[in-house]
Amino acid sequence: MTFDLFEKFDSILNDYNSLPKGAANPFTVSMEQVLSPTTAIINGRKTILAGTNNYMGMTFNQECMDAAQEALLTLGTGTTGSRMLNGTYNSHKKLEDTLKKFYDTQHAIVFSTGYQANLGIIATLAGPKDYVVIDADSHASIYDGCAMGNATVVRFKHNDADNLDKKLTRIRKNDPQAGILVVLEGVYSMLGDQAPLKELTRISKAHNAFVLVDEAHSIGVFGETGRGVAQEQGVEDQIDFIVGTFSKSVGTIGGYCVSNNPKFEALRLVCRPYIFTASLPPSVVASATKALELIANSNLRAKLLSNSRRLNNGLSQAGFDMGTTGESPIAAIIIAEQDTAIAFWGEMIKEGVYVNLALPPATPKKLNLMRCSLSAAHNHEQIDFMLEKFILVGTKLGLLQDIPKRILA
Amino acid sequence: MTQTIDEIFEQICTLIAPFNKKNIPITKDSLFSVDLELDSLNVMDILSEIEDEFDITVPLNMLPDLETVGQFAEIVKQLLSEQ
Repeated sequence: MTFDLFEKFDSILNDYNSLPKGAANPFTVSMEQVLSPTTAIINGRKTILAGTNNYMGMTFNQECMDAAQEALLTLGTGTTGSRMLNGTYNSHKKLEDTLKKFYDTQHAIVFSTGYQANLGIIATLAGPKDYVVIDADSHASIYDGCAMGNATVVRFKHNDADNLDKKLTRIRKNDPQAGILVVLEGVYSMLGDQAPLKELTRISKAHNAFVLVDEAHSIGVFGETGRGVAQEQGVEDQIDFIVGTFSKSVGTIGGYCVSNNPKFEALRLVCRPYIFTASLPPSVVASATKALELIANSNLRAKLLSNSRRLNNGLSQAGFDMGTTGESPIAAIIIAEQDTAIAFWGEMIKEGVYVNLALPPATPKKLNLMRCSLSAAHNHEQIDFMLEKFILVGTKLGLLQDIPKRILA
Repeated sequence: MTQTIDEIFEQICTLIAPFNKKNIPITKDSLFSVDLELDSLNVMDILSEIEDEFDITVPLNMLPDLETVGQFAEIVKQLLSEQ
């Protein structure tokens, strides 16, 4: 078996094969029809979507769909080329101008996915003699950007300012001239906790490090005009690079990086994940542009967070072990046993609620999570339906002692 | 004062202890993944503890080459001597 390239996957394949078959398998579910940002037909039944990162409900926004349709009919289905060659249309430049206006920055670069934005920016900025300092709970795209680059990678304890200070002090002691890039996330997606950006950027700047903040889960959600956690916490002037995605609040796909660094445009010439892939199709570009305009002027943020508080409070009062507090659009319960978590997911889908089953290593502290991402498009009836089903399944699986009647009443 | 490799190894064993839930005996040849049943996330956390304990930077990039506890001790010794 030594020649078998797949031998190394045997144990994960065994785990996968032991999962329930058919409709209760969390990793083979498919949407037969999508009816709205919050409902779909799954396994032949109408299901509430409670785990889609569709924070603003933008996927079916009429103005976005109209813009996409017009672009599709006038510019075609795709660009068939790199941004460096035939793949830059005026609309790509307009999208970058819209981003500059949205963030009030000098520069903006659009990537084909958010994953590629992190991959490209981190791997390209931090070269062989530089350092990348990342939070231990960073998203896979940040880890992969580190793996793709040639910089020395150092990891600090999640959201721990003292630990970051220690790591930076040590790097500076040995290498006073090194370039350092500190990579943070506005919101960590699994448990929805925010980075204490004020503290972390102050320490980073004290050591002359550049700061990148990934606002993938916070664009649209936080800040007065929806720019994210850096705006919410009032530290935008301390951030060198903001990375984000169009695949959550913006309701389509694509990634970006904005900056005021005067040499930022150089990245277009050297960033391989920007150069060696096709640019976004015109319809996607058009809907992203429209959605950004809508998000800046929307009042959906308050609705979204009030929806999240409603579900978080309900789950907490029901007696679930909570991973979240309701300060972000994420509501997650912690389930001690992985088998119970898998069974929980299967029961929820049978009851007509789609949530995310999140398991290690994608989760912090090896937690098994039933994770919901709320949307401003959810109504209270839908949230109460989710809650009712959570309590029903939680009781059935022995996670709750008895049904708290005051919640169901 | 320069620490010997054995002293460093003993110190590392103390740092591993909280992760070694089954109290598996640790030798310099113990493989993190197989013998100590630790996954890459545990090993990264141990690495972070080692950095703070010895006041050194151990680049994450080195991790793929560090499979045994003895190799950890050797890299710590090397990094300490470079300071």
